This record gives sequence, C-alpha cells and structure tokens, in this order.
Amino acid sequence: MFQLLSIRQFFRDMRHQKLRTFMTMFGILWGTAAVIILLGFGTGLYKYQIKRFKGLGENICIFWPGLTSKPWKGLPRGRRIRFTEEDVARIKASVTSLKRISPEFARSSVPMKTGRNNLVARVAGVWPEFSEMRNLIPQAGGRFINAMDMAEKRRVVFLGNRLAERLFGQGDHVGRTFFIDNIPFTVIGIMSPKEQNSSYSGRDYNHAWIPSSTFKTMWSHRYPQMMIAQAQKPSMMGRVKKDIEGVLGTKYSFDPEDTEALMIWDTTEGFKFFATFFLAFRAFLVGIGCMTLVTGGIGVSNIMNVVLEERTKEIGIKMAMGAKKRLIMIQFMFETILLTAIGGALGFLLAFGIMKAVPPSLTENIGEPTVTLAGGLMAIGIIGVIAIVAGFFPARRAANLEPVKALKLF
Amino acid sequence: MISMKNIRKVYNTGKVSFEALRDINLEVEDNEYIAIVGPSGSGKSTLMNLIGCLDTPSDGEYYLSGRKVDSLTANELAGVRNREVGFVFQAFNLLPYASAYENVELPLLFSGMRSKKRKKRVVDLLNRVGLGEKLQNKPTEMSGGEMQRVAIARALGNDPKLILADEPTGNLDTKSGAEIIKIFDELWETGHTVIVITHDMNIANHCQRTIKLKDGMIYNGNGFPVKKQTASAAGLN
Repeated sequence: MFQLLSIRQFFRDMRHQKLRTFMTMFGILWGTAAVIILLGFGTGLYKYQIKRFKGLGENICIFWPGLTSKPWKGLPRGRRIRFTEEDVARIKASVTSLKRISPEFARSSVPMKTGRNNLVARVAGVWPEFSEMRNLIPQAGGRFINAMDMAEKRRVVFLGNRLAERLFGQGDHVGRTFFIDNIPFTVIGIMSPKEQNSSYSGRDYNHAWIPSSTFKTMWSHRYPQMMIAQAQKPSMMGRVKKDIEGVLGTKYSFDPEDTEALMIWDTTEGFKFFATFFLAFRAFLVGIGCMTLVTGGIGVSNIMNVVLEERTKEIGIKMAMGAKKRLIMIQFMFETILLTAIGGALGFLLAFGIMKAVPPSLTENIGEPTVTLAGGLMAIGIIGVIAIVAGFFPARRAANLEPVKALKLF
Repeated sequence: MISMKNIRKVYNTGKVSFEALRDINLEVEDNEYIAIVGPSGSGKSTLMNLIGCLDTPSDGEYYLSGRKVDSLTANELAGVRNREVGFVFQAFNLLPYASAYENVELPLLFSGMRSKKRKKRVVDLLNRVGLGEKLQNKPTEMSGGEMQRVAIARALGNDPKLILADEPTGNLDTKSGAEIIKIFDELWETGHTVIVITHDMNIANHCQRTIKLKDGMIYNGNGFPVKKQTASAAGLN
C-alpha cells in the first residue's frame, strides 16, 4: 500500500511536471536509443563482414609455388619450387593437423560455348573437398564434384552462379551440356550466391570447377597453380604451414625456414586482425552511446535533486510520523529507477523502430542491424547502473535530512 | 512520562553559535495537560522538538516513558516518534496530494500494521474526530478545522501516550479552535498526556499547568528561572 501510494504520487508528479519529466526521460531515452542503435549497427556490420570474409573460406591457407631465397645443402638460391598433385596427396596422408586439402589446377580465359553464347572464363581442376573449404555450396538440385567423378574422369562441371547466368540465362541448368574448349561438359551444380570480400583470380561467381583428374586429361598440366589447406582448428594453422613446408622441403630440398620457397596466404591472420579491429570499433560505438546515456543519467540525478527540494517538507512530515531513513531512501531510489526504466524502455522501442525502418538498399551494404541478447542485457545493465548511481546521491541526501530542518520548524 | 535533566540545545550556524535552550529541567507526570507559553524566540518550538524526539539535545539527559532517548540514532528516534509521540502542527503538515485516509494511514504504514487492521484503524480514527464522511477528501477540499482534525487523527495512529501540539489553533478561527481544544480535552480525559504550545492565554489557563519559557530558560510565574520544575512547584493547579 505504501508502494502504491508512492507510485500514485510519482505519476501525479509526472503529470504535473510534464515538461520536466519529458526532458528527463528524453535524456535516458536518447541515450538508450543511441547505445542500442550503435550496438545494433556495429553488430550488423560485423556479422555482415564476417559472412563476406567467410565467402572465400573458413580457416584456410593457400600455397603457391615460389623461388628459394636461401642456399640449402649446396644448392643455390633462386630455384623454382613446385608441387604436384601426388605431393598434395602425400601431405594429406602425413599431416595430421589438416582437416582438408586440395590442389587447384587452373586455366584462365578458357573458351566456353552454349547454343546461344560464347565466352571465356577461368576453369579450375579440384578435389571434392574443395567445396567445403571454399564455401562453394550447390543450389538446390545440384551437387559438387564427387569421388566417382574423380575416378572416372567425368566431364562434369560446377558453375559459379553468375557464370551460369551468362551462359544460359536465368533458370535451372543442372544437367545441361555445353562446350568447354570444344569438349562437351555436363552441369552438375550451380553455386549458391554468397558474400565474398576477398579472392584470388577474381570472385567465385565467375568461375567453373571440374575434377582435377579431368582437368589433367584435358590440358596435361603437371603442376597445380596452388593448393588450399584447411586446419582442424584456427589455432593449428601455424603447425599446418610448418608441416607442409617440412614435407615439401624434404622432397625438394629447401630450407624449412625459407619464407619464399612457397608463397603462403594464411586467411586466418587477416581474420584475426579483422576481429580485433571490429571489437575496438564496436567498443568505440558503444562507448559513444554510453556517454550519451551517462549524460542522461546526470540529468536524472539533477531532476531528482530538484524533486528533493520540492519534497523536503513532505520528507519532514514523513520523518515526524516515524519514517525511517531507509524508507525515504527506497522511495527516492524507486522513483529514479522507475523514471529511468520508463525512459530506457521507450529508448529500446525507438531504437528497434529505427532499426526496422532501415531500407534493404542500405542493409545490403552495411548488414542488417542486430541486437544480440547479450548486447541487450548489457545495455539494460548499463541503464540499471546509471539509474542506481543517479538515484543514490539524491536519495542519500533525502534520507539524511534532519526532520526539524525538513519541516522548517524553526 | 517525561524527565529532562540539565538539557541544553545549541545551534551552530557557521561562526555563530546560538544557545536556544539552557538549564532545562522538566518533569511531566502521566496524563498531565500542559501549556508551554513564552514570547517568540524563547525556545518553545525547540523544546517541543526535543520532547517529541524530532531533535536531540546538545547536553543533558532526557527520559521518555522511562527510556533514555537523548542519544538515540536517527532510526531509533524515528521509531520513538512513530509509536510514542503524536504531533499536531500549526500548519497542519498534511500531505497535500493525499486524501484524509492516506494521511492518517501514514504512521500506520511506517509501523508496519497489517492491511486489514490498518484500514479499520484509519476509519475508526477519522470517525473519532468526526470526519467519517470525508475519508477520500484531500486537504485542499477541507476547512482549516477539518484539516487539523485529520492531523489529530493521524497523531493518534499508533495510540501514543504523548500528544504534542505546536500552536494547534494558530491558523484557525475561534470556533474551529474551540473544537480542536475540545478534542484535546477528550484525549486528556482518556488518559493521554497533552502538551500544547500556545500564545493564547485562554488556552493556557484552560490547561492543568503552564510552563513559561523566556530566553531559552524555564521561568516560574514570578519570572525567576527554576532549576527543577514540578507539577506542584510551577503548575497552575
């Protein structure tokens, strides 16, 4: 009943002091909205970038042939180091930290011909594992190259989605046949469209993949253009690189410490930088939001001090009637927290409204703003702390009033 | 009921310290009806604040109902005010936004009385002061006399032995004032100790005994300070 009395009084006060209440709550509302919106856009952008980053592949490392830069065991520097498909198979058999590996034979500007189009595109010869490593996901009804294709050297092709469109136009083209370098190939799958922000030899949507065995019979390449390796875990990438260099270094006689014998692109390194950068970026955004919120909190605290001035007499009366300090304090804290909670709730609503209103044309480039549960809870936590701090000092002042002075009896 | 020994109250306001009360020795028996009189600034209100445990003395000993209360903590004093003292103020000091019912309920809420019992008690108290019909009226909708009656009902909340009234009729017309004094008479007759601060000599003479204050000291009728004030020595029996 006492709480009820005080809630009723609180709302009565709010009605009587509409402007003041609005200004106070607006501070919290705006601060909360700022935190949520910045958090939302930061998270959205981060997730979007992660997705694009993973377009190339997760946890992968790419190896190109290189030139030795150091003499080794009586051999001069400047020797060409290349690896064969058999070397890749040996690595696969001996390096345990590997999850997947595949060579990539490649030929660019290969002529392709359908009933209606002639064009040139890059063709790569790969193993079935390539699909998982490089996130080449077939659209419904299709598949990637499999072991049978490899063994029988089938003339089958997996197409990038845009290449498929350029060859055949819109529609489902699995099972159709066309000519690659004048040899008929059957389409077994088309890549699902994906976000990709890094690549070699161009984006995947414009490439075609065939079994490496077929590739070799077509063009008699002895050396793959590169190989792609995937570690069991991101943390094992260092070992993978070392082990692969070890295997090839023994066979081709180069210093395992020679960083140029093989050219290596470890995508996890970029990812680590990227993750750190975004963590800092998001912390910065949330920091700005928090500052706004803190400013709002200072406003609330000021208002509660004004309220205290206005209520001094009332507090005196309550104290004369036997209200203990704690009770006066609770009442003040309660009002501050209620005021902040309402402002915070409205801030959440505003933020979600704004995030929902972001047009798709914008989300295409910056990702869809998302507030995770953890982010939301964090924001609520910050608001709670601000409410408690903003309420505490006026409440303590109220509770420490001397009854006689509060009543202004002398 | 009340026993004050060598009570002194000094207010320090920065450099200046002001001795509002000194050498106060006061004994009040149960069920006395006392008027405190004296010119402005003589320390009447300070004395009442001390008696009512709204304030603590700078020096001296104060026993209320046999309990030493001069050095209690703020929260302990709150408890004493809640249970043992009922205040009636010149300016009524009702919460302006709250109804008569809610105002009277206040001390009962602070003492933690259960909802059902509390409800009955509030209605009984307001009936007792003749305001049973105005439970939901706010102070702004009442006359001065009615407001003071609400204040009295509130003061009686936890059935305190001691009723302290500071100029209770100061803001009232003669008729309403007389009604309020009549209620005090009834309270005295039912066993309460009533202490009234007043300027009105009619009221003072109406009381059982009068305590005169001047320059922070208690005087007897002759204008001399007395070290020990008892009912027989200074009373107007």
